[in-house]
Amino acid sequence: MDLTLLETLTQTFGPSGYEDDIRSVIRKSVEAFADEIRVDPLGSLVAYRKGTGETPKKILLAAHMDEIGLMVTHIEEHGFVRFTSIGGVRALSHIGQRVRFANGITGPIYLERRDPPKLPGLQHLYIDVGATSREDCPIGVGETGVFVGPLVQQGTRLISKTMDDRIGCYILIEMLRRLKDSANDVYVAFTTQEEITLSGARTSAFRIDPDIAIALDVTATGDTPKALPMDVSLGKGPAVKVKDSGMIAHPRVRDMLVDAAERAGVPYQMEILLAGTTDAAAMQLVRSGVPSGCLSIPCRYIHSTVEMVDQVDVENAIELMLALLSKPIRINAKKAFDQT
Amino acid sequence: MSNLITHLEALSNAPGISGDEIEVRRVIRPLIKDTVDDLRVDPMGNLIAYRAGTGSSPLRVLVTAHMDEVGLMVIGHHGDGSLKIDTVGGIAARLLPGLSVRVGKKSLPGVIGLQAIHRADGLEKAPNTSQLAVDIGAKSKDEAERLAPVGTSIVFATRFQTIGNSCLGKAFDDRAGCAILIDLLLGERFPFDVYGVFTVQEEVGLRGARVAAYTVEPDFGITLEGTLADDLPKEEADVSPTTELDKGPAITVMDRSYITPPRLLRHFVRMAEAEGLPFQLKQPGIGGTDSGGVHRAKAGVPAITVAVPCRYIHSPVSLLRQSDLTATALLVNAGVRQLATQDLRTMK
Repeated sequence: MDLTLLETLTQTFGPSGYEDDIRSVIRKSVEAFADEIRVDPLGSLVAYRKGTGETPKKILLAAHMDEIGLMVTHIEEHGFVRFTSIGGVRALSHIGQRVRFANGITGPIYLERRDPPKLPGLQHLYIDVGATSREDCPIGVGETGVFVGPLVQQGTRLISKTMDDRIGCYILIEMLRRLKDSANDVYVAFTTQEEITLSGARTSAFRIDPDIAIALDVTATGDTPKALPMDVSLGKGPAVKVKDSGMIAHPRVRDMLVDAAERAGVPYQMEILLAGTTDAAAMQLVRSGVPSGCLSIPCRYIHSTVEMVDQVDVENAIELMLALLSKPIRINAKKAFDQT
Repeated sequence: MSNLITHLEALSNAPGISGDEIEVRRVIRPLIKDTVDDLRVDPMGNLIAYRAGTGSSPLRVLVTAHMDEVGLMVIGHHGDGSLKIDTVGGIAARLLPGLSVRVGKKSLPGVIGLQAIHRADGLEKAPNTSQLAVDIGAKSKDEAERLAPVGTSIVFATRFQTIGNSCLGKAFDDRAGCAILIDLLLGERFPFDVYGVFTVQEEVGLRGARVAAYTVEPDFGITLEGTLADDLPKEEADVSPTTELDKGPAITVMDRSYITPPRLLRHFVRMAEAEGLPFQLKQPGIGGTDSGGVHRAKAGVPAITVAVPCRYIHSPVSLLRQSDLTATALLVNAGVRQLATQDLRTMK
């Protein structure tokens, strides 16, 4: 496991719409392993690896570079900062956490103390950057921040902010590094704006016009105290998505992922996620439709500063993806279903 | 520029709820037909005006403003001849009782009343839309059905007025944007091809802009808006006013539908500074605009929204400052024109 790379990936600034820094980190790490690199109009970085076959199919693999964060909406008279979310930020997970802004300024997030609501919303929180007035506040309306959460390795568990979805980026980078000849044309897209509108994946998929598309992203687990029921656990293998709240995975793509897991000899789990979705939901609706699926990394505490994954799952996901790419994709999007 | 207010008056007075924008198109068409190179209406009703550039820049730029306004629609008839209604777009039902409205193509006068059975409750509680009915003086259900069949559009009866530097009228969201887009199409030719699109159905989900951007496939999308100014005195004083009157054009950093690419944001801020124009950043995270529909078209379109601050939008009367309207038109003109001199298409 290249922990240095994972640390750089998880700790680099990149809330939705502001992915310049993380894009340049990823570009450096994949440049030597791509035949062509391109940045799409909304900022997605696409690394292309030419296939070896006569008429290779186009396979699009997507992991999103952007992370949840916040944007400043108002500076109060005494220099306290009010904010709105970029992506799904829950107040409860972030009280007492730190924010880091693009210019390096940090500050704790705290909750108003008078008349505390039972379930606080972001409007009840403020950031204290150490200012005493609106005038001396080093942060202005419209500036973006991300949460602070260092990478820690403990046994096989990895804890950090922004595993969602830098762990997906890590898997695709490692896959590209280890990929020898590919039977298929491979487009690896590190997408933007997944946390708000899925717009990066949607638009890159339009340009690439792939035969199939697969997202790599995190998914929730059901293995913590009084968790919502879900048959996915940390450490029991990457999860092949069957369904989430934004899509039903294409059965042929789902089967392809299962087949690849079996050929690679890695454990896998089938995933049904009740709340949340991934880039695959947008990619499958591009143009006249793209058979799409998703390989998920089980992750506890998604959208917090302590997202936890198991590195064995990560390794197995890389092996699974390499097995998938070793065989020519046989799907024909127009004939994916029985034509009768 | 001198015609901005005259145009705004004609636009504001025209009825045009989402999906029924024909009267607004009728106002716009004659104003721009002589200066554009092509003018057509697409299958959803977007009015697409094409203006060829001078040829010095290869860019293609889309500028949109939405024609539709929030309003009401007839959804049925009561036995007493009054009209059952529902809202089209975001309108708070508590605003409605007692208002004068105009109904249908013939612009029949009407008034929004509370249903008789609820009169006992008075107006202490805000009513639901289902408790409200429009009275057009019809004596029977038959007469009401004949005068205003199901699906008939209803708009606020407000007529445009000016008071000093201020304008009052309905639908400044987004007829203010339409007035600026007309101004842009009447002005000096741009170095690149410009598609000015007057869009439909923004208020019900950015629907027109999405397909217009698909058709045009531009390098950049600029959305012109009339946005909310929440700058009246408040009980809790230290909160964002979203935007304020007299502070010039409001530039969007992020709203609920999209995020402005930082390089486009910087470009418009620098343009305002270079032109000596006032500007403000709209409070992030509020509302949605056509940029949300435009940015996701085809392979993606960097988009930005620039707006005139308006008080009381989505109500019968909105209020804006002529100076804000003019400054917004100037900023948009400079910002769009200078896209040709900047390398904003490529990202590292």
